[in-house]
Formats: sequence, structure tokens, C-alpha cells
Amino acid sequence: MEFLNAFVALSNFVLVPAIAYGSQLALGALGVTLIYGILRFSNFAHGDTMAFGAMCTILVTWLLQGWGVSLGPLPTALLALPFGILGAAALVLVTDRAVYRFYRAQKVKPVILVIVSMGVMFIYNGLTRFIIGPDDQRFADGERFIISARDFKSMTGLDEGLAIKTSQGITVITAVITVALLFWFLNRTRTGKSMRAYSDNEDLALLSGINPERVVMYTWLIVAALATIAGTLYGLDKSFKPFTYFQLLLPIFAAAIVGGLGSPLGAIAGGFVIAFSEVTITYAWKKVVTYLMPEALEPDGLLQLLGTDYKFAVSFVILVIVLLFRPTGLFKGKSV
Amino acid sequence: MSDMTRTLGMFALVAVLILGTGFLQSWNSALLILNMGLVSAIMALGVNLQWGFAGLFNVGVMGFVALGGLATVIISMPPVREAWAAGGTGVMAALAVGAVTLAAAVWVTRKMPKGRARALAMLAVLIVGFVIYRALFDPSVDAIEKVDPALTGYLGGLGLPVVLAWPVGGLLAAGAAWVIGKTALGLRSDYLAIATLGISEIIIAILKNEDWLSRGVKNVIGLPRPVPYEIDLQNDPGFVARAEGLGIDPTTASTLYVKLGYGIMFTVVLVIILVLAQLALKSPWGRMMRAIRDNEVAARAMGKDVTARHLQIFVLGSAVCGVAGAMMTTLDGQLTPSSYQPLRYTFLIWVMVIVGGSGNNFGAVLGGFLIWFLWVQVEPIGQLVMNIATAGLADGSALKVHLLESVAHMRLLTMGVILLLVLRFSPRGLLPER
Repeated sequence: MEFLNAFVALSNFVLVPAIAYGSQLALGALGVTLIYGILRFSNFAHGDTMAFGAMCTILVTWLLQGWGVSLGPLPTALLALPFGILGAAALVLVTDRAVYRFYRAQKVKPVILVIVSMGVMFIYNGLTRFIIGPDDQRFADGERFIISARDFKSMTGLDEGLAIKTSQGITVITAVITVALLFWFLNRTRTGKSMRAYSDNEDLALLSGINPERVVMYTWLIVAALATIAGTLYGLDKSFKPFTYFQLLLPIFAAAIVGGLGSPLGAIAGGFVIAFSEVTITYAWKKVVTYLMPEALEPDGLLQLLGTDYKFAVSFVILVIVLLFRPTGLFKGKSV
Repeated sequence: MSDMTRTLGMFALVAVLILGTGFLQSWNSALLILNMGLVSAIMALGVNLQWGFAGLFNVGVMGFVALGGLATVIISMPPVREAWAAGGTGVMAALAVGAVTLAAAVWVTRKMPKGRARALAMLAVLIVGFVIYRALFDPSVDAIEKVDPALTGYLGGLGLPVVLAWPVGGLLAAGAAWVIGKTALGLRSDYLAIATLGISEIIIAILKNEDWLSRGVKNVIGLPRPVPYEIDLQNDPGFVARAEGLGIDPTTASTLYVKLGYGIMFTVVLVIILVLAQLALKSPWGRMMRAIRDNEVAARAMGKDVTARHLQIFVLGSAVCGVAGAMMTTLDGQLTPSSYQPLRYTFLIWVMVIVGGSGNNFGAVLGGFLIWFLWVQVEPIGQLVMNIATAGLADGSALKVHLLESVAHMRLLTMGVILLLVLRFSPRGLLPER
């Protein structure tokens, strides 16, 4: 019984939130890693692309809510998601035409592209704040919980409750579907294969008649979709605030690098590694340990290794450790 | 010679802009722009050392600036005796234990042969060290934070003259940069970028949460000033008489006097750093740096120690940013950790360097002034433009209200557009490197 209680407490406070957060990070990191693989630069504007996509979704959600359209227990935002993706896709394609294509033609050094993406980041950030403002926005509706702590307690008779929010369930399911679709696309379709070929060896891909502009366009479309989905899920799960998306840049990059830049599988693994370490290190373990230890050994303190505000430090330390011992990441990424 | 005229012309433009602010708005806002422009120019010089000279991509400027701010508190605030009595020794001992633990862990890694035993030994050292550290640290911190939390609740500083904080801010930033450089500099440019981004967030997190050190989000206010207080000047009959002799009312005269005082001090610092940077650029050392930047492999083949040189210039550039950070906190008179935002303190400095002209010290200084001027003035200009643009809309219509409210966010948009335009049409900046 004690053991079960400990496990439920652990699931409630660590496993479930970390899985949801990890899925969001993984989707974000996939976008970063794809840009890195195909366009060969670290896109600093990715966090703000997520914010922009999520913002489009929110605006459409409000419109739908205003019309009285809803999905019943599910959040309306799911219905609005395709429109959000369209908005983000339009934005990144316009950006690519107006900004990145010029530098691609010149074959500038990757670091120049990073600086260019800094400029794009400023513009996206300004746009998002201009349209929706810098404040918190609520757009979640429908059922709040799949299973609430009280229901779980009365169902199982345990002392500890396990609450699973709808947003967490949706996050995981959507992430699984998205990742499955992405891998199917990359491995099975002609366009996906040409993308991988282009990422592996640009010259060879060009020689075999792959149209680079087409590859780049598809990459941006996929990245816009991934960013919007990740941004919306994060917004549903926590809340939408433009600045937090900018701050997500660090864990997302950490995830992509830990997994190995350029490797989609690595991005997913990296996302979960970062999420689990952030949550476990900033969690106060007192409750779980109290259940497991005999009474005499019960801890006095909270058993929290680091305050929650230091979660950046966790992503950072993991990043440094991985870079020191395995510079190409867990799954062999590029080392250009 | 045309380089010279171009430089002079650009700086004349900045002078006209600031003087124009003085004539059209007020001399107080003109001096405010000038002072922060001076600070921004120093920060831009620091980034230019790293990026323009050596091609190091540091996006952790905010962290070094914040460390400079922390130095101001540590140097200039009076010490809080009760807090020191309550937990000062405990915290110091805990920090010493932490340092010893890290040193021991490094020593273990160096001395023991590679393998599982080494990993376990290192882990054991770290865990034991961490437990002792927390056991010493937590109670002392609680004790310190209980000492009159509304006013102090922290250890305070050393009570030394505040100007001393400027070099100390540089030293603090240099120390942090050395640690980061040691671990991250061998890596690729984008990894260094992410690593510095991470470090700067961590430094801000420390300032926000370690109340015993910096009072956290409760802020440290009322930092001592290197210039007299306005109110003292207004009460000084001699000053009032002189102000009236010049035909300015004493209140305005006192604020102008204080700002001018800061302006002169900042100018002195800027000139010293600019001269040093210029000498460095022209020296064999500067040529070597640019050789390393332009072709690392060739420089290495010529026998240059690229990693050591990178570390050197990384530390130097960060120190300059730290000095600027200390100066800025002195100017503000308070340390507010929550006001440090990467867009403002890291990426804006980058815009300054790129727009001004990376690799050219005068370019960096110009960029500092010009971009800071725009950062301040875009809002009133945007307000004006928006008022004209929305003049046709009915008063009180939702769109008009929204558009007028959003003017505040025009800054970021404008900075992005400026950066992209410069990168596209004048990629080497307004004052290109020779």
C-alpha cells in the first residue's frame, strides 16, 4: 500500500507532467533539428514561431467560441489548430522568401544565418505582442480533467490522488500522432526521402535532380506545423504568454543538441531527457520518500535539490555534460 | 580618408539626433539618452571584442551585465551587521565547501584512471559535498533572510565607494566568463551560443532567488551615488545662485547637473576602453585575433594557440560588459533582477554591434548610440504615426484602441527590421571594418 501510494504520488507530480512537458519539448526540438538539418543553421526565431502559431490558433479559437462551436469535452483549440498552422506556415514562407532565400543564394556562413534569425526573432516577437499583447491569455475550454485526484482516490481507495489534465492527455496523443505522421512522411514519401537526402549530402542530392527550393519549402511547412502544435499544446497545458515561448528556446535547443542536432529521433529523446531531469530535480521528494522509508528515517526537509526557478540550470548542465562527453549528442547528429 | 569622413559624419548625425532631442523635447531626456548611450556603447565594445575581433558568438551578454550590477550592490551597500552575525559565517563556509567539492571532483577526474571507478568516485565526492553544503547553507540563509526582511534580509555590501564597483563588476564578469570559456569554448559556434544563453539565464535566476545575496525580487534600492543628490543641490544656496545666474530654475539645473556628472564619468570610461580596444586592434595581438577569426586552421598551423586566445578575448569582452553593467546599475541607483530581459540586454546589444559595424570599434560605439536613441524614440514616433494612421477611425472603436495600445511593442519590430535591412544592404555595418 505504502509503495502504491508512493508510486501514485510520483506519477501525479513527476511522471505525468514530465511526459506532457517532454512531448511539447520534443515537438519544438523536432522543428529546430529539421531546420538545422536542411537549412543548416540554429533558428533563434523558433520560440517566437511557436508563439505566433499558438496566437493564430487562439484567435481562431476565440472566433469559434464566439460562434458557439465547441468540441464538447475537448478544447476548441484542436478545431482551430489547422488554421493556426496555416497562419504560421504563411508567416514562415513569407519570411523565407523575403529574408532567408537571399542568404541561401549567397551561401553565407551558418553563423550569419543565426544572426539573421535573431532579426526575425525580434520581428515575430514584436508582431505577436502587437497583435495579442504581452499578457497571459486563456483559451482552454472543455473538460478540465480526464481523471481528477478525488475521483482517483474514491476509485482506488488510496491516500494519494492521481490527476490527469485533459491538456496532458491531448498533448501526449497529439504528439504521438504528429511524430508518427512526420516519420511516415520522412521515410515513406518521395518528398520526405528527398529531404533526408538533401540533409545528408547536399551536393549529391542536387546532382540527382532534387529541387532545393522545394525541399526548403516543405521543411518550412513542416516546421510551421510542428511549432504551432507544440506552441498550442504548451499554451493549453500551462498558459499562453509570448515571453514564456521565448524562454522555451533554451530547453528546446538543449533537447535538440542533447539528442544530436539534425537527428529527428534524437530530438524526441532529448526532449524527454530534458523534461524528466527538469521535473525530477526541481521536485520536492519528501512525500514520495516518506511513503517508502520506515517512520524512523522520515526526512525533515523538502528533499528538493534545486528551486523550481533553477530549471534553466538543469537543461544547461545536462547540455554541458552531454557536450563534454559526447559532442555529437546521444544520437549521432551533425558536427558541422 | 573617406573612412574618416564617414565616421565623423555618422557621429555628427548622432550628435544632431541627441541635440535635437534636447531642443525639441527636453535636455533631461537628451542627457538620459546620452548616458544610456554611453553605457550601451561600452557594452557594444565588449561584444565587438568577442564577435568583431575573434568571431565568438556570445549571446549571454545579459548575464555579464547583471553580474556588474551585482558588483555594485556588493561593493557599495553598507554591510548588514546582524545578518552577518546571524548567518554570514555559515554561508561563507557553505560556499567554501561547495568550491572545495568542485575542486575535489575535478582533481578526482584528473588523477584517477578512466573507468567506472572514477565515475563512481566523482559522483560520491559530489553527493557528499552537496549534502554538507546544503546542511550548512540552508539554515544560515534562513537566518539571514529573517533579519528585517522588509528592509534588508541580505548580507549587504562592503560599504566602499560605488565607483570601485565598476572595475570589480568587470572582474566578476571576467571570472564567470573564464569558467564558461573553459568548458564551452572548444565547441562549435552554435553550441557556444546556446551555452552562453543558458549561463545568462542561470545568473539571472541566481540574482532573483538568492535573497541573501541580492535581496532577489525585492530589489536593492537606494544604492550610493558617485554624484550629489538633486535635493542637496537645491538646498545649497551657492548652487541655486549659480543656476539663477545662468537663467535656469534650480530644480531643472540640479537634475541636469547630476546627469552631466554621470555623463562625464561615463565618457571617461568609454574613452579609456575605446583607446585600449583601438590599441589592441592595431597591435600584433589584434592582427593575430583577426587572423584566427578569418581562418582558424591556418592560424593553428602557424603555431597560434587558438583555444587560449579565444579564452583570453572571451574573458576580456565579458569583463567590458561587466563594467558597463556596473555603470548602468549605478546610474539607475537600484538593482532590479526581474528587469533583465534577454531581448533588451543581449540581443539589442547584438543589433548595436551588427548595425554599427562588427570589427570596427568606432562602429560599435556608433551602433550603441544610434540604436539606443532609436530604442527610446521609436515609441513617441510610433505614437505619432499611429495617431495619424488611425485618425480616420471612429474614436473609441476597438481597432483604434488596440492599435494605439500596441504602439509600445513597435520597438521590437523596428529593431528587427533595422537589423535585417542592415544585414541585407550593408552587411558589414554602417562603419565597415577596414
